[in-house]
Amino acid sequence: MVKKILARTYLYMILFIMYLPILVLIAFAFSSNDVISFSGNYNFSFVLFENLFSNTKVAKQIWTAMGNTVIIAVISSLISLVLGTLGAIGTFYLSKRKKKAVEFATQIPIANAEIVIALSLTVMFVFLGTYIFKTKLFSFWTLLIGHVVLSIPFVYLNVKPKLTQMDPHIYEAALDLGATPNKALMKAVVPQIASGMFSGFLLAMTLSLDDYIVTEFTRGAGLLSGDAAIETLSTFIQTSLKKHAVPAELRPLTLFIFLFVLAAVLGLSIYRYHNDKKGVRKDV
Amino acid sequence: MKFKRKYLAIPYAIFLSLFVIIPIGLIIFYAFTDASGALSFDAAKNFFTNKGNWDVLLVSLFIALEATLLCLLIGFPIAYFLANKKYNKNAVLVMLFIMPMWINFVLRTTATRDILFAIGINGGNYPYLATLIGMVYNYLPFVILPLYTTMLKLDKSQIEACADLGANPTQVFFKSILPQSLPGIISAVTMTFVPVMSSYVISDALSEGNIALVGNFIYLNFANNQWNNGSFMAFVLLILVAISMFATKGEKEETRGGLW
Repeated sequence: MVKKILARTYLYMILFIMYLPILVLIAFAFSSNDVISFSGNYNFSFVLFENLFSNTKVAKQIWTAMGNTVIIAVISSLISLVLGTLGAIGTFYLSKRKKKAVEFATQIPIANAEIVIALSLTVMFVFLGTYIFKTKLFSFWTLLIGHVVLSIPFVYLNVKPKLTQMDPHIYEAALDLGATPNKALMKAVVPQIASGMFSGFLLAMTLSLDDYIVTEFTRGAGLLSGDAAIETLSTFIQTSLKKHAVPAELRPLTLFIFLFVLAAVLGLSIYRYHNDKKGVRKDV
Repeated sequence: MKFKRKYLAIPYAIFLSLFVIIPIGLIIFYAFTDASGALSFDAAKNFFTNKGNWDVLLVSLFIALEATLLCLLIGFPIAYFLANKKYNKNAVLVMLFIMPMWINFVLRTTATRDILFAIGINGGNYPYLATLIGMVYNYLPFVILPLYTTMLKLDKSQIEACADLGANPTQVFFKSILPQSLPGIISAVTMTFVPVMSSYVISDALSEGNIALVGNFIYLNFANNQWNNGSFMAFVLLILVAISMFATKGEKEETRGGLW
């Protein structure tokens, strides 16, 4: 019993410390103070919320960055999902040696330092731009490639175990019953590996939403930023951090992000718990 | 041409070759050439003769070691308690420990900086401490997740047998729990060590630019058009990555990202 109390205390204490910075930041979303400080008045106010939804330059910058971040995350994760799933299915039927080669290449972006991934891509884009295409390549497309490189191995690795668990005859059975290969894949194979695809997609989204280094190195003009270099939430905040001018409007935004993530996490937990109870798809 | 399932791997393989293999080849090429493109060991020489570079590498190794150890020390009991039905039956609690991963990490770093600043630890007076705290904050969930996934599979009867046969709690820990958790520990180390060494944002933001890690070094060299020097440092990192890939061979697929 004592052990249990101690364990619980430890868990909740660490949890509290882990969330303290975010919670403090959120607490100061309701203050009109420029700087977060524990001495001095708190000055309760909704002015930061008003500012975040106003037409000021900062508010526009924040929403542009937010929009770009989401657009890039969705598109790059979808590409990773399709390419990575096809890759996992195809590789599953390759000869042992070729399979090993693909798996090795898949491990590289996972183990590699992000800055090396970013640098190597940039070096290649500059190289191609200087010697072959004779024009600057950095744009939305290079950024997209960077994000797909980051996330595609995780789709592959999440789909692969589902293929191992799948009944190997299901695809042939579908073909024998007259399905085209395309249809057999979509109707017979995909449902079997859907949970792996879903986890891979979620991880891809996470990595893309979070990314700073690859974005900073590979971005060019485009998307909501127009003719300027694409700003994502990460690059926007990092630039403001450097200038020692992190907009206070980010505090209410943090509150919204926090609530959104919390809702998503709780929703998924409940969904999973529900399915576990029904005894289906324990693997999600 | 008759359709075969293995053809589906072609776009994936082409993508990886074009955007993973070839770029890394280019980095190695730049690490061992000079500005004119001729074979040269100048970048290597610059790297090994300049004391500043060694300092960057040593500080990075040191902070990576400390952050990894701290994360393991804090995260190991958490993962153990979370995975043990005796202490925790709440799946949501597990998710709460992982959840910070899904909040933008630059935003989290900003929050950490704000609070450290408010209690008087800032990049000006304690750059190393501030950076270390920032690293632990950021990487703790990445340590807890693989440890937790491994600990769910702990063989409880072995642990009990150990205790029944007269092992004291310390012995049970070192002879049964720790060896069984090794895959998770290795996975956790690979998820923190190299990323901490090569991180850019956290050290930059929390030390106010006073601490340069390998990541900052590569970034700076690149920003100043010192491609060859930057590439050589990247090459050094690649060797470390290769070592860590070799050390974790065959382990990671089960323990990495296993929650979803």
